[in-house]
Amino acid sequence: MTQLFEYAPAPESRSIVDIAPSYGLFVDGEFVDGSGTPFTTVNPATEEVLSEVASATDADVDRAVRAARRAFTRVWGPMRPADRGKYLFRIARLLQERAREFAVLESLDNGKPIRESRDVDVPLAAAHFFYHAGWADKLDWAGLGPGPKPLGVAGQVIPWNFPLLMLAWKVAPALATGNTVVLKPAETTPLTALLFAEVCRQADLPPGVVNIVTGAGDTGRAVVAHEDVDKVAFTGSTEVGRSIARAVAGTRKKLTLELGGKAANIVFDDAPIDQAVEGIVRGVFFNQGHVCCAGSRLLVQENVHDEVIASLQRRIGTLRLGDPLDKNTDIGAINSAEQLARIRELSDVGEAEGASRWQPACELPDRGWWFPPTVFTDVSPAHRIARDEVFGPVLSVLTFRTPDEAVAKANNTTYGLSAGIWTEKGSRILAIADRLRAGVVWANTFNEFDPTSPFGGYKQSGYGREGGRHGLAAYLQEADK
Amino acid sequence: MSTDRLAVRKTYKLYVNGAFPRSESGRTYEVTDPKGGFLANASWASRKDARDAVVAARAAFAKWSGATAYNRGQVLYRVAEVMEGRHAQFCDEVAAGEGLSGSRARAAVDAAIDRWVWYAGWTDKLGAVLGGANPVAGPYFDFSLPEPTGVVAVLAPQRSSLLGLVSVLAPVLAGGNTAVVVTSRTRPLPAVTLGEVLATSDVPAGVANLLTGDAGEIGPWLAEHDDVDAIDLTGAPAEQAMELERLAAGSIKRVVRPPAEEPDWSANPGLTRLTPFLETKTVWHPMGL
Repeated sequence: MTQLFEYAPAPESRSIVDIAPSYGLFVDGEFVDGSGTPFTTVNPATEEVLSEVASATDADVDRAVRAARRAFTRVWGPMRPADRGKYLFRIARLLQERAREFAVLESLDNGKPIRESRDVDVPLAAAHFFYHAGWADKLDWAGLGPGPKPLGVAGQVIPWNFPLLMLAWKVAPALATGNTVVLKPAETTPLTALLFAEVCRQADLPPGVVNIVTGAGDTGRAVVAHEDVDKVAFTGSTEVGRSIARAVAGTRKKLTLELGGKAANIVFDDAPIDQAVEGIVRGVFFNQGHVCCAGSRLLVQENVHDEVIASLQRRIGTLRLGDPLDKNTDIGAINSAEQLARIRELSDVGEAEGASRWQPACELPDRGWWFPPTVFTDVSPAHRIARDEVFGPVLSVLTFRTPDEAVAKANNTTYGLSAGIWTEKGSRILAIADRLRAGVVWANTFNEFDPTSPFGGYKQSGYGREGGRHGLAAYLQEADK
Repeated sequence: MSTDRLAVRKTYKLYVNGAFPRSESGRTYEVTDPKGGFLANASWASRKDARDAVVAARAAFAKWSGATAYNRGQVLYRVAEVMEGRHAQFCDEVAAGEGLSGSRARAAVDAAIDRWVWYAGWTDKLGAVLGGANPVAGPYFDFSLPEPTGVVAVLAPQRSSLLGLVSVLAPVLAGGNTAVVVTSRTRPLPAVTLGEVLATSDVPAGVANLLTGDAGEIGPWLAEHDDVDAIDLTGAPAEQAMELERLAAGSIKRVVRPPAEEPDWSANPGLTRLTPFLETKTVWHPMGL
C-alpha cells in the first residue's frame, strides 16, 4: 500500500532517564551488592548495553527473605491497615508523577513502543497500586469472611513482557493484604523494577517490605525454594510454571501461576469487520505479541475469511515497525535474541508443515532484534503454530463453519487464558463465552486490562487470579476459626 | 520579627456550583465560639440559595456519575491531599468552633482527612461488593450493579463540624451522587474552608454544594423539592425530623433518619452511609447462538 505521506521521526527524549552504570540488589531498604556474577541488560532495539546488574545468589536471596520476614513480623503485619493503604496510595502517586520516566526506561529496556509503555504499562501499574491501596483497610469485604489474614512473605517471579506492570500486579495485592515481598524481575528487563525500588524509598516504605533480587533462573529458583517463603506467585512460561509447581509440592506454600496461552479470537460473519480487524491487530501485535493472552489463533467464519484476511493484510501494511522510542511506532523490538530465535524457529516450522506465511513489505533496522508482523493462513489445528505459544507477532488463521465448530476449535488447546468473540449478536457472545474454557473472554474488544477485573487462566495457563476481589484471595487466608 | 501584624480576615460565604456567593438574601448570622466570642459572620442561606444549589447539583450529576470509578476515587483522594495542606487551618477552626483542645481538634481533622481516603478507596469496589451475576434459572446472563441515586440533600451533623460533615458528604460523592449540604448552624466555618478545598481538588463545580445556615429553615424546602432524590436527616432538628420525612415522601425520596444522638464519627462507618444513596440496577440478556 502506498503511503499518502511520510512520517517524520517523533522520538521521545531519553534524557528523562538516568541509568546508572551498575545496579545492586534492593534488600531491606538499601541497594547492596550481589554475590553472583553481574550481568548486563541490553536495549533490544540497538543491542546497546544499558547497565550492569547484580546477580543474587542463594545467600543473597536468603538475606532478602529474612528482611521481608522481619518487616512482616515487626512493621508491615502489625501496621494499621489504613496506613498500609496510605503507603500504597503514595506509591501510586509517585508512579503517576514519574510516569514518563518509567515509560521511557521500560521502552529502552524492553523494546516495546513508547506509545504502549506510556499509555498502557505505566498508567495501569499506577492504577493497580491505587486500586489495591483502597483494599488495605477493606479486607473484611474481600469475600473471605471477617478479619482475613496475610500469608507472610511472598516470593514473586515475573516475566520480561510487561516488567513494571507485572511487578504492580504482584506487589500491590501482596502489600495491600499485609504481606511483604521478595521479587525477582526478569533477567532481560530489571531496570524499571530497580527504579521502583527508588519509588519505595521516596514513599518512605519501611525497609524490607519490598525486596528486589535480580538474576537469572537460579535466583528465581532460590526465591521459590526458600523455606521461609509462604507464598509463591509466578508469571511466565508453562514450562517454568510446571517446575515451580513441582518445587513447592509437599510444602505449605500457597501458589498462583499465570502461564502461557494460545487464545482463540473468534470472528463470526456478522461481526463488524473493520472493528474486528482492529481487534485482531491489537490482539496479536500488541507488545510484539509478547503477551500471554495474545489472540494468536484467529478463528474466522469461512464465508468471511477472504474479506477478513484482505482487510487484515491491508491494515497490517500500515503498521510502523522500528524505534521503540518513536511515538509513531506500532511494533517495537523483540526483547531478546533468544526469543527472536524461537519466533523464527516456530515460523519456519509453520511453513514446513504446510501453512502459508504472509508478511508485509517491512524494512527491519540493521541493529537490534526484530521480527515483522506475520500472518499464517492454511493453518490446520495440528500444526505447531496452532498449538505452541509463539510469544511473538505471529498470527495463525483457522476457519470454522458453525458456532459449535468454533467452540470446539477454540477449546482445542492445552491453554485456557483468554479468548475473543466478534459478533453483533449479544446472545451469541454470552452463549459462546459460556462454553469457552478460558479465564478471560473479550467480546468485540481484545486485550483490555483493569485492576478491578480478575485475570488468570484455565487449564495449563495456570491458576489463581490477579486483580479484582478474586485477586486478593491469592494473598489472604481466612481468620482462625 | 513583628508579632503585632494585623491579620486579614476571611469572608465566609456559601459554596454553590463551584463558586463562593453570598446568600442571595443578603442575610448573615454571627458565629461564635462556645464561650460566645465572635468568630465570623456566616452567610445565612435561603430557600432560593437551596434551590440554586439543587439546580447546580442536578446539572453536575451526569458528568460526576458518568466518570469512571477510578477517576472519582482519584478526585476524592485529591481532596485528602489538599486538606492535608490546610491541616493547621482546619485544626484552628475546629478547635475554635467546637471548643476542643488542640490535640482533640487534631484528631478530628486527622480522621476527617483519612475518611476521604477511606471513601476514595470505595469508588471502584462497590460494583464488586454490592453487585454481581445472578444465576437465574434460564438462558439469561443477569447481573446487578449499584448506581448512584442522584441529587442528595444532606443536613450535616450539628456538633461535629468537620469530621461529621465529611462523614456524611464523602460517601454521597463516593457513590457518584451530587450533594446539597446544609452545614452545622452554629459551627459552619470549617465547612466553608472545606468548600475551598473542594474547589481546588478537581471536584467538578456543582458536585458538592455547601450552604451555611439553619437546617430547620432550609430542610423542609429540600425535603419537598421534586428534583432531590434522597435526603440525609442526620443534622435535622429532632422535633422536625418526622415532618421532614413526611415531606420527603412526596417524591418518594430515600431518607436517612437522624440518629437519636449524634454518633461518634471516629468509628469505622463500613458501608452504612454508602448504600442508602445507591440504586440497584439489574440487567437481563438472553444467551443463545
